[in-house]
Formats: sequence, structure tokens, C-alpha cells
Amino acid sequence: MKKLRLVVIGNGMAGIRTLEELLELSPALYDITVFGAEPHPNYNRILLSPVLAGERTFDDIVLNPTSWYAANGIRLLTGRTVVTIDRVRRRVIADDGTEARYDRLLIATGSRPFTLPIPGNRLDGVIGYRDIADTETMLRTARTHRHAVVIGGGLLGLEAANGLALRGMSVTVVHLGEWLMERQLDRAAAELLQMELESRGLRFLLNRQTTDLIGDERGRVRTVRLADGETLPADLVVMAAGIRPNSELAQQAGLPCHRGILVNDTLQTYDPRIYAVGECVSHRGVGYGLVAPLFEQARVCANHLAMLGFSRYEGSVTSTKLKVTGIDLFSAGDFLGGEGTESITLRDPVAGVYKKLVMRGDRLVGACLYGDTRDSGWYLRQVRERRNLSDLRDRLMFGPTGHQHTDSGSVTGSGETTTDLARQALPTAHRLTVSEQPA
Amino acid sequence: MTRPARTTASTCCYCGVGCGVLIEHDGERILGVAGDSSHPANLGRLCSKGTTLHLTGDLDARALHPELRLGKGLPRSRVAWDSALDHAAGVFADTLRQHGPESVAFYVSGQLLTEDYYAFNKLARALVGTNNLDSNSRLCMSSAVVGYKRSLGADAPPCCYEDIEQTDCLLIAGSNMAYAHPVLFRRLEEARARRPQMKVIVVDPRRTDTCELADLHLQILPGTDVALFHGLLHLLLRDGHVDRGFIASHTEGFDALEALVQDYTPAQVAERCGIDVRDLFACAQMIGGAASFLSLWCMGLNQSTAGSAKNSALINLHLATGQIGRVGAGPFSLTGQPNAMGGRETGSLSNLLPGHREVADPAHRAEVAAYWGVPAVPAQPGLSAIELFEAVHDGRIKALWIVCTNPAQSLPDQQRVHQALAACPFVVVQEAFATTETCRHADLLLPAASWGEKDGTVTNSERRISRVRQAVPAPGEARPDWAIACDFARRLERHLRPGAPSLFDFQTPQALFEEYKALTAGRDLDYSGLDYARIDVHGPQQWPFPTGAATGTARLYAAGRFPTPSGRARFIADAYVPPIESRDTRYPLTLNTGRLRDHWHGMSRTGTAARLFGHVEQPLLGLHPQTLAQRGLVEGELVRVRSRRAGLVLPVQADPSLRPEQAFVPMHWGDRFLKGLGINALTLPARDPLSQQPELKHAGIEIERVDLPWHFFALAEGRVQARLEAVRPMFEGFDYASFSLAGRDRAALVIRAARQDAPGSEWLEMIDRLLDLADGPVLTYDDPRRAVGKRVRVEQGRLLSLRLAGETAARDWLKQLWQDGTLDPALRPWLLAPLSEAPRATTAPAGKTLCNCMDISQARVCAGIAAGLDLEGLKRELGCGTQCGSCIPEIRRLIARQPVDA
Repeated sequence: MKKLRLVVIGNGMAGIRTLEELLELSPALYDITVFGAEPHPNYNRILLSPVLAGERTFDDIVLNPTSWYAANGIRLLTGRTVVTIDRVRRRVIADDGTEARYDRLLIATGSRPFTLPIPGNRLDGVIGYRDIADTETMLRTARTHRHAVVIGGGLLGLEAANGLALRGMSVTVVHLGEWLMERQLDRAAAELLQMELESRGLRFLLNRQTTDLIGDERGRVRTVRLADGETLPADLVVMAAGIRPNSELAQQAGLPCHRGILVNDTLQTYDPRIYAVGECVSHRGVGYGLVAPLFEQARVCANHLAMLGFSRYEGSVTSTKLKVTGIDLFSAGDFLGGEGTESITLRDPVAGVYKKLVMRGDRLVGACLYGDTRDSGWYLRQVRERRNLSDLRDRLMFGPTGHQHTDSGSVTGSGETTTDLARQALPTAHRLTVSEQPA
Repeated sequence: MTRPARTTASTCCYCGVGCGVLIEHDGERILGVAGDSSHPANLGRLCSKGTTLHLTGDLDARALHPELRLGKGLPRSRVAWDSALDHAAGVFADTLRQHGPESVAFYVSGQLLTEDYYAFNKLARALVGTNNLDSNSRLCMSSAVVGYKRSLGADAPPCCYEDIEQTDCLLIAGSNMAYAHPVLFRRLEEARARRPQMKVIVVDPRRTDTCELADLHLQILPGTDVALFHGLLHLLLRDGHVDRGFIASHTEGFDALEALVQDYTPAQVAERCGIDVRDLFACAQMIGGAASFLSLWCMGLNQSTAGSAKNSALINLHLATGQIGRVGAGPFSLTGQPNAMGGRETGSLSNLLPGHREVADPAHRAEVAAYWGVPAVPAQPGLSAIELFEAVHDGRIKALWIVCTNPAQSLPDQQRVHQALAACPFVVVQEAFATTETCRHADLLLPAASWGEKDGTVTNSERRISRVRQAVPAPGEARPDWAIACDFARRLERHLRPGAPSLFDFQTPQALFEEYKALTAGRDLDYSGLDYARIDVHGPQQWPFPTGAATGTARLYAAGRFPTPSGRARFIADAYVPPIESRDTRYPLTLNTGRLRDHWHGMSRTGTAARLFGHVEQPLLGLHPQTLAQRGLVEGELVRVRSRRAGLVLPVQADPSLRPEQAFVPMHWGDRFLKGLGINALTLPARDPLSQQPELKHAGIEIERVDLPWHFFALAEGRVQARLEAVRPMFEGFDYASFSLAGRDRAALVIRAARQDAPGSEWLEMIDRLLDLADGPVLTYDDPRRAVGKRVRVEQGRLLSLRLAGETAARDWLKQLWQDGTLDPALRPWLLAPLSEAPRATTAPAGKTLCNCMDISQARVCAGIAAGLDLEGLKRELGCGTQCGSCIPEIRRLIARQPVDA
């Protein structure tokens, strides 16, 4: 029987993970073609920060070497950007004219950094932080230039800033928000983070807006000007002010999009032959920029591509970790806590530990941890599973190992029941097994 | 600049044993203490309280300046001595003019020196003209006073300490001397080791540590002592163990007694006392068969509505067997306070006059008035302690002068006492410690010099007069009690005897002693032959020591002549009368109170030395394990204890030393350390008809579990007294709040409390400020909805303070962690966790401190016993029990118990 044809647009983590899942389920169903805009095989984008920081090399972060594609009979077409989807004839056309016909199409085009609409945003030395090319630009610039300005104090911006500082640059982070990583941290944790990063030499300007990037005669950025008139010297400007989904291709093909390609719970677009996963997608109105939800999408999508058809994706509880060595930070769910929630907090100012657990009734709905994240995986599970934690509430802060029966029934200390679970627990640190990272 | 250390020989200020103490000091501060090996009372020994004397007296707890308030609602402010005493003299003079001499009263203390007592006696009786002068000895020894006087004719213990070592049969009744008179107990232990044939009988409703030495323990129902003693006499008579010759020659009134005790048959007595009749026989056999028979007793007999009867019933046994006036024989009352004897000698009870005289006796009054050169001393009988405070409550007493005692802790029915003090128009409190419950009621607070800071004499239980000597200056503006009394008296004289020569022209305590001792001349206690110089040269002396004598008198009544009109001792035939509050369905338990090993009285002094809390840290209501089980209670649970007067919330503990229907709580805690006016909120003011001593050891109570879900625990190192003063008022809204100290070289305040609902966040914020937890290196945990909030301050690798609110599971191991002084960094993430045990076994709580001298915990002792060590082995390996020895009875008990536990 002739195999069905599957074309994948996008050679990144979401698309390739979908293929891996699919091959597990049904290895012989499809002839597979993969288009990748970058000239590389699939690599772990999450680990670009350690590459920038000098803790890893590019080779270290490759997930699927070309041999993997070959071994699985996948046609890999790198350095080619698909420019057209012809839904009527069920084919895609790349910028070099390459065509591929499909029975099923998987769009995994990912996202791109948001470029601020300000004067000078096209100058030399103004980049986003997305791929190997951006990382190489930063490394190159760090060898020859001194001043870097990172616009955006979110996860990516801080990783970039930390990497650049480690590479010897003097780095200033300009951030519009009141505190760093406001989408992932509350103010208390962010202040601890800022203190830690300042002690490493980074400089922060919070509550500040960038209005102009000013270049020299050769078209290279030299100065960043802020709304209050202050100017900063800048040989490199990294824009890390958010991401935008790459959904234009799908839109041109007539697929409905709104802040991403609209998909249902099977990751199917409005065209039943076309699926989409990853950062280019909008699912139930949410676009995800972290890897764990993408992998969850990949698993569901693969299930349907394999024609099993029983799996649903219902959205993800996301969590965050910052990949800056020596900084443990985690947040998940409704970590800010709003109406109808209550917070449990623990602080150890000397050890630099801050933990906040957000409860809605007897359920954990969010967590924000700084300095001690060993129980983050467990918290994430509690948030996802929506378990009733009323029996554990007093011990929740101390993670799964704090769960032995304790007693508070007497005032004098005699006659109470105790167990030695905590003693057993002390040496074992609980860590995430699935790393929850930005994609 | 350090001054060279010097040594001053003095006398311990705690119990009536009267041990000689060598005070090591530099002329400014007391640096250490040691037992005086030349003192005949202790021969170098000291108990756990005595050895820590130099650690007591935290200046933060001391009264340092006179303080006066001019209205009840106002705070006191500092005044000069002149203004303070002039004001007091003015108020007393006005009160006397308007309301007469019965409107004022003096309430003094068994801890005063003889000279202090004398000054106050003369002040009250010669100048003010009232017999309203009573002493806290009323709560302590007045039944023994009546017992001796009624049976023997004079208030004189006829024995000496050597008798304890030389007797063949020792009966200890109503005394836990292992705790209350530890040095005498050491002497007894050593003597018994030398003479194992010596028989020891202990009569006590509790199986105390004293019982460790007993051949026979009669665990009688409380209050049944008279029945027991009559029952013993019944058997002595039946078995022909009475000395008919002695009875005939030296006593009177035996017939009535003999008739009475016929009704006290063994079966009835055994049932009434709740003991096995065979034990009754055994006891009578031991007494009847002994060549010499000595009895020791203390509060178990005295603090009773039948206290006088109990004393005389016991003395009856001695008279009937002729066991008195000989080596190793006699009825020997142990005194609770260091100078209760001196108080009795100087007439410091409302019915007495100096020199063992009676107010009721016109000749006695005339003698004293003549000696003082006043027209008369008042004939109207004075009010005894309970009556006196009733009169304060009624408004009859309008000016009250309290000296060196803490009635707002120690008297029964505290609610009434506090009401009385709060309403009294003018309350003067002359005190060394500003922290006592009574000081809260003072309109005028006068700072007094205390132990180590003053000069004078004291008389111990064996009639031995020792010198108390000053080693260091009193702190601040504190003055000796006699000096305050005389200074006030001279000012009052200007109002009452203007122009007349002063009766109070004393410049030294020695001058007071010299004037006073002449009043003993010719009396049973005659020590007119004694002076400071003789004691300084020849050491402490036992009275009588009349003029011309070369030595004191070890034993009285050797010739069989007694200081009664007939010269004969008297048998007293009082029938057994049960205690006032017998058990009934509403109050089915009987509360007994008593001493702990390491605390003394109301803790005004011992409450300043953290290590004295190591043995027992907080007041617990002891109940028999069976009673706990019946009530479905577990150890540590809070119960509301109700008596007919008041309620108090306390944690319970299992105490197998009690009978099932009995409860016990230590007497030491007052309102300062235990919210709810302390232990004596529960006790009753009923008193012995003769001695007027209240029944502090027998109150009917009921308990009920109390659900106080919001718990609080805190510990804060440093400035413990000041901090306690600051935080104590914040716990008024609590149902339960108990305060103690912890530590050894570093002291911490420990707070345990519970209530129904969580207090507001402002309350916690204020507490945090007071406990150094508001900012700095403080770990915090907060769950506002659960009202759970925790704080731990860690500095330089040490835990310094903490509070656990709403959830206190970790209190014990955190406290231990503080005590250990180091913090394993691995434990840091767990400091705020609700773990009832440390995550590592290394910090397992060591439990209470058994040996306070060597700082050995009970856990270490038990481990040693488990490893096969006996007492000698434990002494050798751990060092416990090698110093003061106060812990030895308890170690013995643990050794005896170990196989059962293992």
C-alpha cells in the first residue's frame, strides 16, 4: 500500500517532537518531509542561554542529528523557508522553489522575537534572541564591543543579559514593568532575583521605556534613549520584549488565525488535513511560549496523525525556570494570587529563599519559588491535578518530604505522635524530571 | 579592671536547713558560691539551689529605686528615699489618726533576718500600737508552733541534725525532704549508707523522691495523718511499746488520749488512711521496736485545717514512747524558710511577742512594754495572714506594709487576695525583686537589699543561729530591711511621738540584735549570752545560749522537764477531722501542692536563673495515669482545672507517684509565670482553728478538657526579665499562657500559650518587635487564613529567637537547637516546618536536666543506665550526682525503673 505523505513546516522542537511521538505510535504510516528555515538540524533552543554563557557548545545542544532523519527515512530540507501552502493541490512551496505534496500537513513554524516599533530598530547590532544566529551575533559582538542593552527584563532578556555579562560586556537591562519577570514572578521574588543579578554586575532600569535607538554613520547602534531622556551607550541591543507567533503563512493559506493559528483540542486547524503545534498556535485563545506545553501538544497531535484519535489537548499549566547558573527560580499557575485566593509564604532572607504558594480553597493554584526550587515539580503536579490539599496545608511549603504525620495537639511536647519521615527525607532532594523551559 | 576575688562566709537564703555558704566576690559582684565546710548544718554541702545562688538576682528583676504612685490608675514613678518615707509616714499617721491602730497592718516574711524582724515588731507594737503584724510563716510553720507549744510548752524543736544521722528509726511525714531540704537528705543518705540497719518510714500521699530511701512508704489519703498517728499509738499500746514510766513522770493528759485511740482500730485506720493494714502494723513495729525514734515533718502536716492536731498527734507518739530528749529521738519540725525560726523568736506572728511571748498574756505584754519604755503594747489580738487579707478586702485595713514576701502569689484564693490588694488605699511593698505579683499592687515600692548584700542573723531548724554577712553593696538605692523599717519609724515618730526620744536609734543590725537578745533572757530560747563576736569566732550556735554559757544546746528536754506550768509535757487528744473539701461528685479530685527540687517559693529569686528551670520547666497538673486514661486525656493536653474558687488552664502529665483520685501541681507558679493568678487561685483559705494556717495542700477540683486550638510558642535569648515584663501583659487575652526560662550560660525566655481564636496581626507584630523577630535575619512563614505564622531568627549560625503561632509542632526540637548553640545548615530549610522531631537524630531533645551542677540530662542518665551503669558508674562516667547530690534520689528511681521500661 502506498504510504501517506506528511509534510512538516518547521524543524524545531515542537515539530520534531511530534514526529518522534508519531514514529513511536506508527512508524510506517507516512513518508515524511521536513522543511527547516535554519541551516541546522533540530537543536534545543532552550539551551542557547548556556551556550551564550559559555557553559555549553552548539554541538552539545543538537537534539536530532542528520543521521536521525536518515535512519527514520525522513527527508530533511534545511535552509529552505516555505512560502506557500496550496491547500487545493495539497502541496507546499519553499522559497527556493522546492515543492512537496502532502496528505497531512503539520505547521510548526514557531515564533519570532517582537521587534519594538521604534526608530532605529533596524540598525546593525539590534537583534532579537531566538536562534543560533542571534547567539553567534552576541558572542561575536561581545568579543569586540563593550556596552550591551537588553530591552525586556523577562526570562529571555535576563538570560541574554547574564550571558553577555559573563562574556565580558557591561550590560544594562531596560524594563518597562515594575519588577523583573512580572509574568513569572511576584515582586518579592523579583527583588531577590534583581539583587542577585546586580551582585553579578548587571544593571537594571525598571519602569523605563525605550524610545529611540541611535546609530552611528555606519549604521551601527550606539545609543539607547529612554522616554525620560536618559541615554545609554549601546554597542548591542537585544530586544527581548516578547514573541510573536509565525502564523502569516497559515493565514495566507486561508486558515483562521488570531494571535496564532487556531487549533482545536486535537491540534487540528480549520483544514482537517492540516495540524499545527508549538508557538505558532493559539489553542483556546492561549499561545504558549514554553516547551512543556509544546511537548504536550506534540503528543496529542501525534496521536491523531497516527489515526488513533483518542487523545485531547486541553491546555497546559505552565511553569517557569530561569537558566542562569546559581539562580533557582520557579513559578507556575496563578502565582500572583488574586481575588478568592490565599497565599502561604516562606522567606529566608539570609539564605535568599522566598516561596509563595497560592491556594484557592483547598487547592494549590500557583507557586512562586526563589532560591529553593527542589519541590517545584511536585508543586506543578499538585496544581495540574487540582488535588484537595486540606490535610497537607501546613506541610505543603516543605514539599513532598514534609508530609509525615505531625502533631500539634498538645502544648507541652509530651505525648505526641511523631514519625521519622523527615529524617529519611533530608538527604533526598526532589527535583523536576521534566524541565519546564521556554522554547 | 578586675578586683581580687574575696570570700565572705554567710548563710543560704533558701530553706530552713540554714547551710553555710562561702560567697566568692570582688567587692562589687558575687562571682561564685561554695558550701562552707566549717558550718555544722551542711559541712560543705550545698543543694542545686544553693550552688546556683550566684546566678540568681538578675538586676533587671531587682527593685533599684523607691517608686511611688499617687493614684491607683497611675504608673509609679521614681522618688527619693526621703520623699518616699516621708510620704509613707504621712499616710500612716493620717490613717492612724482617722481610723485607729487596727486600720494598718504589716505582713512580713520568714526570709527576713532576725534584726529585720525585731525592727518591724517594735515598729508595729511599740510605735503604731497594733498587733496586726503577721508573717508568711503563717502559711508555713504556725501549726508546728502550736504543736510544740501545746504539747511541749514552748515553740522549740528539741532535736538537732545529728539526730537524723544517729536515729534507729526515722519517720518522715508530709515532707519531701529530698526536694525541700536536700542537704539534710544528703546527710541522711550518707548516714544510712553507714548504718544500714536504720529504718526509714515515709508518710506521704505521693511517692516522692524521698521515698527512695524508705523501708516503708505509707501512701495515705491526704489529710488522714491524725488517724494514722492515733492508729499507731493504738498499736503501740496494744503491743506494749509505750513507756509507762516516762508517761507517768513527765507527761499529763494521757488518759484522755488513751481512751480516744481505743477507737482507732487497725482495720478502721487502714481503711480511713487508704493503706494496707499490714503496712500499719509494720510501721508500728518499726517505731515500737526502735531504740531511738525520730520524726521529721513539714508542710504535709502544717498546711492543714488539722495542722495543729497533726503536729500534736505525732508528738504524742514520742511522748508515749519516751522518745524525746535523747540522741536520735524526738519530734523534729523542718522549717521551710531560712529564718522562720527567727520570726517565731522575735514574735513575728500576730499572736506573739518577742522572746516566745504571747500577746494574750498581760504579764508578757507588760514585760515587753517596760523593756521598750512605752506605756503599753496593744492587748487587742492581731490578725493572722488569712484574716488580715480578709480585713484588707473588707476595707478595715487601709494601709498595708508588705515586706519580703509575695502574698499575691502565695496566699490561697488568689482572686480575693488580688481584689483586696487592688482596693487597699495604701500598699507599701518593700522588696528586693520588682517582678513579684505583689509589686504590681504597690503604691509605694521600696527597694530592699537581698542575700549577699545585708548583715544579720538567722536561726535554722535545729535552733542554730548563724550570721548572714554582706559581701557586696546592694544595687541601686536598695537598703537593708531593718534600716528601712527604722528610718520609716523615726519619721512616723515625728507624727506620733513628737519630741520624744526615738525608739529606733539603731545604726547597725548588731545594735538591734543587742537590744533584742535581752528580751530572750530567762525565756526557753534564752540567747542573751550570744553576740556577733562569739558567732564570728566560734561559729554558729544553738539556743538556748544564756548569759554565761560557753556553748549552745544540742538537744532539749534531756531531763524530762518541759516549759509548761506543771513541767510536764501534755498529751493532746484531738480526734481526726477530715479536710474541709472532701471529694464529691462536683469536685471528685483532690489537689495537692508542693515544692520542686530547683525552685523556691514564688520564684522571685529562682525565677531569675535559667538553669533552675531545667529540671521542671513549666507547671503541669500531675494525675495518675489511670485517671488520665479514664478521662481520655493524653499527656500535654490542656485542661481547665476548676476549684470552688477559680479556674486555671494547665497541661496534664501522667504521674504514677500519685494515688488515682489525687492531683498535684507545684506551688511555685504565680500569675507572672502562669496566666490566671497562679496555682493558688485554686486553693482555699480555710484554716486551722488554732494555728490559723491555711489548708494549701487539699483543694477539691474537677478537670475538663479545654479546646484551645490556636497555640503559640516562643523563645527569645537575652534580657529575659525585661522581656518577660514587657510581653507578660500581652497575654491577658489568652486562656493559657505559661512563661519560663531556659538555658544555662545563655538564658532565654520561653512562652507557651493557647487560646480559642487567633489574635490580630497587630498582636503578632508587637510580639515580634519584643522578641527581636520583626526584622533582620529572620526566617518567616505565614499562612494568614490558617492564622499560622512562624519566625526564626538565625545569626552567625545560631538560632537566637523564634515564635510559632497557630502551629507549634516543632517547639521542642527548635528549643533544643537553640540550647545546642549550633545550627547544622542542612536543618535550615526545615526550621519552619511543622515537624515534631528534628529531621536528624543528632538533635533529639535531651529532655529535662537531671543533674543541674554538671548539666546532665535525663536522656544521658537513662542511656548510661541502659548501658549497664549503676549509680557509682554514672557518677564516674557522667559526673552526675557528684556535686550537690540533689539529683541522686531521682537517678536511683530511674535505675530502679529501667528494667521495667526496657
